[in-house]
Amino acid sequence: MLVIHCPYCQADRPELEFANAGEAHIVRPDNMAEMTDAEFEKMFFVRQNPKGVNLERWRHIHGCGRFFNAIRHTVSDKFLKVYKAGESRPSDAEIAELMK
Amino acid sequence: MAKANVATRDNPTSGNRLANASVSIESAPPASRISFRATPKGAKDFGKTLDLDLPVKPGQSTSKSTLSALWIGPDEWLIIDTKNPIDKLMPRRENANFCATDISHRNVAFIVSGNGAENTLCASCPRDLSLSAFPVGSASRTIFGKAEVVLLRTGKTSFRLECWRSFSPYVWDLLVDGAHDAHI
Ligand SMILES: [Zn+2]
Repeated sequence: MLVIHCPYCQADRPELEFANAGEAHIVRPDNMAEMTDAEFEKMFFVRQNPKGVNLERWRHIHGCGRFFNAIRHTVSDKFLKVYKAGESRPSDAEIAELMK
Repeated sequence: MAKANVATRDNPTSGNRLANASVSIESAPPASRISFRATPKGAKDFGKTLDLDLPVKPGQSTSKSTLSALWIGPDEWLIIDTKNPIDKLMPRRENANFCATDISHRNVAFIVSGNGAENTLCASCPRDLSLSAFPVGSASRTIFGKAEVVLLRTGKTSFRLECWRSFSPYVWDLLVDGAHDAHI
């Protein structure tokens, strides 16, 4: 079983307490009514789904209940970093550093 | 005039008890419970009303006499009083900077105690419940089989397990299995 660190509980918790909540840092538009169908599709449905490092939202649903962000490698399942919701996206340089 | 039918709330596992040489499990009597959501300031204010500081550190609890306050999340607490009626606990609504919900009937509890208590719970819970990882006074929402529960360690070998009332027969069955395994 994966052990995931929750930045709110500040502790490692078993994966059964968590739920994945899709890609992180997707900015909701403030002009939704003016978007074209293609733009809306891109925002609403199209995800990167990379083979490798992915920036994801997770929720500690059966724990503190909080959403947070995580950087996970989708092949090794290794969590490189977790950080609280609202904190800015780590830079590519920082992610590259975590990969080492 | 016809008498109005009043629905009475029932605990489906009321009176359930089990004991072997390692562990004893019993259905806890009814209790008053509040789901409390607030900012740190709101939590402090409510702590003054209760005369019991709400815990601010993740995974901890505070208690005084029959009253306990469990840290559930950064802005969420579970308040349990095993004796006083809910009216005595509920905060006044004036100047409310919090959200307090009476959930006394939503949850039921089991008291699991004895040398085999830890192993009984671990049979269905993925958490490390060893004394070093989950010391006395620790509190946490977690998962028990497929049911969400709240665990409170009340002593070295005793736990209070809170679950939703409709889940309690399922949780009870898992506890019985766990108690059997803990005894082998
Ligand atoms: Zn958490």
